[in-house]
Amino acid sequence: MTVSLQRPMSKATDQNCLTLEKVTISYGSFEAVRDVYLDIPRGKVTAFIGPSGCGKSTVLRGLNRMNDLIEGCSLKGRVVFDGQDIYAPEVDPVEVRRRIGMVFQQPNPFPKSIYENIAFGARINGFTGDMDELVESSLRKAFIWDETKDKLKQSGNSLSGGQQQRLCIARAIAIEPEVILMDEPCSALDPISTLKIEELMHELKKTFSIVIVTHNMQQAVRVSDQTAFFNAEAVEGGSGKVGYLVEFNDTEKIFNAPVQQATQDYVTGRFG
Amino acid sequence: MTSFTPALQASSLRYDPALKRNRLDKFYNALSGFFSLIVVMPLFLVLVYVIIQGGRLISIPLFTQLPPAPGLEGGGIGNAIIGTFVVTIVASLIAIPIGVGGGVYLAEYSTGGPFARFIRTGNDILAGVPSIICGVFVYGAIVATRVFFGQSYTAVAGGIALAVLMLPTVIKTTDEGLKLVPKALSMGAIGVGASKFVTVTRITLPSAFTPIATGIVLAIARAAGETAPLIFTALFSPFWPEGVFNPIATMSVLIFNFAIMPYEAQNELAWAASFVLVVLILGANLLARWLRRFAN
Amino acid sequence: MMTDQIQARFTRRKRPPADRIVDGGFRYLTIALASTVAIVLLAIFLTVFEGAQDAIKEFGLKFLTTSSWNPVTGEYGAFTAIYGTLVTSFLALLIAVPLGVGTAIFITENLLPLRWREIIGVMVELLAAIPSVVLGLWAIFVMEPFLRPLLVFLNTALGWLPFFSTAPQGPGVAPAVLILVVMILPIITAISRDALNQVPIALRQGSYGVGSTRWIAIFDVILPAAISSIVGGIMLALGRAMGETMAVTMIIGNSTNFSWSLLAPGNTISAMLANQFGEASGIQVSALLYAALILMLMTFAVNIFAQWIVRKLSLRY
Repeated sequence: MTVSLQRPMSKATDQNCLTLEKVTISYGSFEAVRDVYLDIPRGKVTAFIGPSGCGKSTVLRGLNRMNDLIEGCSLKGRVVFDGQDIYAPEVDPVEVRRRIGMVFQQPNPFPKSIYENIAFGARINGFTGDMDELVESSLRKAFIWDETKDKLKQSGNSLSGGQQQRLCIARAIAIEPEVILMDEPCSALDPISTLKIEELMHELKKTFSIVIVTHNMQQAVRVSDQTAFFNAEAVEGGSGKVGYLVEFNDTEKIFNAPVQQATQDYVTGRFG
Repeated sequence: MTSFTPALQASSLRYDPALKRNRLDKFYNALSGFFSLIVVMPLFLVLVYVIIQGGRLISIPLFTQLPPAPGLEGGGIGNAIIGTFVVTIVASLIAIPIGVGGGVYLAEYSTGGPFARFIRTGNDILAGVPSIICGVFVYGAIVATRVFFGQSYTAVAGGIALAVLMLPTVIKTTDEGLKLVPKALSMGAIGVGASKFVTVTRITLPSAFTPIATGIVLAIARAAGETAPLIFTALFSPFWPEGVFNPIATMSVLIFNFAIMPYEAQNELAWAASFVLVVLILGANLLARWLRRFAN
Repeated sequence: MMTDQIQARFTRRKRPPADRIVDGGFRYLTIALASTVAIVLLAIFLTVFEGAQDAIKEFGLKFLTTSSWNPVTGEYGAFTAIYGTLVTSFLALLIAVPLGVGTAIFITENLLPLRWREIIGVMVELLAAIPSVVLGLWAIFVMEPFLRPLLVFLNTALGWLPFFSTAPQGPGVAPAVLILVVMILPIITAISRDALNQVPIALRQGSYGVGSTRWIAIFDVILPAAISSIVGGIMLALGRAMGETMAVTMIIGNSTNFSWSLLAPGNTISAMLANQFGEASGIQVSALLYAALILMLMTFAVNIFAQWIVRKLSLRY
């Protein structure tokens, strides 16, 4: 570890797990989201809300360099995690993703057994303990052990959508990341599965910092401590809309006493 | 929970090139890149040699003269160029109507019953039949039986052999091209009282023109370069073509015959024919590619 | 009254009989044309099978295991050609599979900018378009002379192995294998590329999301998800390699004498057909058709096996 990496310029790293400084993300020449400053607190649930196309999912994927997989996607600015800019050239994105896990919009279990779905991540992260125990405890933490304990050898695809999503959460927590990013984890699920996953999030925030993108404002109110509202606006000379961060505050304040008019309009459903 | 100190290793995020996983990744990156280079290389080398060895022989006489007798110099491949066109046109005239018709049946009329499944499977098997077997078949069925005016080896026999080879491709591209046409379109035509025949010929087939044409162009290009089905059907001829019911020279058979001759003039003509053939075939492929882009 | 008016404006409200005939006739026409496939396939099989009868009666199954090929005495055994077909195809596959699948991975992953990967893809497709006879010509005059020193070295260094026991003398099994590799690479690469492109992006993200490196994701998640189509493509390539005629005929040496050595001239069934069928007569024709029948059954078996394995390995993702 070199000295230059150790002391970043960000403030208050003790309470914040991730800090965004003037982050702009573009697809090719098209800017999806511009100039975001954000301090994501440690040990809390932070929700990103906003209309479609406001760049909230793009920002979320930017937090563990998932955007690297998208052709032509680039990020300007700094995303500071654990005292280091994760976009610095000397940073290993694999290392980043091992400490910042992710749950996706569509449940995406691997075409392997339920057991292997959990064990895969742990194994490539060099887990040396008792694998059976880890699989069981991860499935328990994700509230899906009872449903799967008798069919660990079956394919992960044999589960229902809601179960698959909890399997994917178990997969993410099995590698013990510090942060879990969730990209609209309930949008493909029925209300009962959604409820289960929301309960799960309340448990998980005791151990992990969570960032969740959601379309559903009630869900943001139910699960999050802090909420960031993103919006999109047309820019002069541009063909599309560019997203930006409107307001970031305690969830309660965002929904009851927002500072910005746009936030007020959105949370009261008077949007657009 | 009182504190949220990093639970696992408080390690740096720094890329560590010494890590086994990173070394392996680098290795495989390089390996796959190296493999791609090996795969692409033959195309380069073949093209370079065909252009150097064949391209320098391109001249007017090459297109207008007959090949020389063994041991003599000069000459051209005029008869073989014409022959390749004749045989390929005969093959297209047979394979395109049959193939498009069969494809129309599979995509538009069949309801996925056992007969359609049988035809589709049969088509896949026919596509897998080695091209030399097509030649053997046409030899046995047409050349040896002398069905065409008592003639044995004929241009038509060669064309039929190539048609057998083209047929599966034409059927498959028609079948798949028609399936891409939105059902709503033909529903619309049927809805205003058009018969199935009118719907298929006026609405569905024209809508699927581009993918079908692309597939057919590729099938023709492939047939034009085929040799194995021709060597004992169309045979070869050192003379100008004498109608379609006589043996005929083709570029591909000329290349085969002249490549293994111990005379330099013949070897050179083989390279020249390769140049002409490759230019035609790659040209057809680029045309097909352009057609496809045009459709998107 | 109303009907009369409509009748006056739409003269063909009632379909004329000719219309019905055309409509129905067209349907039967397409059925007939589709049946051509079955008829041709059957005719091919019967032609070859009928022609092979004399040789089947004469030589029986001994034909598969003996390697004499003597038009003077009328003794025929196809072992050399069958062995040559199998050896050249499988060796070519052994070399081409890692190369082709590796290239497919290289052009579906983001190792190079998209533009470059597309160019490589187009080049592979164009390689597939080059006629086999042109590759054969190139193999005779360019590839084989270029590789000769390497083959000579193999003979001197590893000559104690039966596979390298003869001095290379131009045409032979080894150059035939290499030209087959060139011919089947495009098939394997193109099919593998399509299979890899169809793996859902979500699986890839899931794998990276738990901290995979690129190649862990490829080996443990992406390749297994695409494996059924890739294996199907490999089988297709095997069938193609077994039936491939021209390039092999031109470079394999067409020797009917059996040799274990890959550096010696050899033969394949299709090469033997290309060389001898035109001039053969009597029992030799029948023997050649017997060999053709064996080749047909071999490629048929490979194709059936390909379909079976694709079903067997199909993973739901």
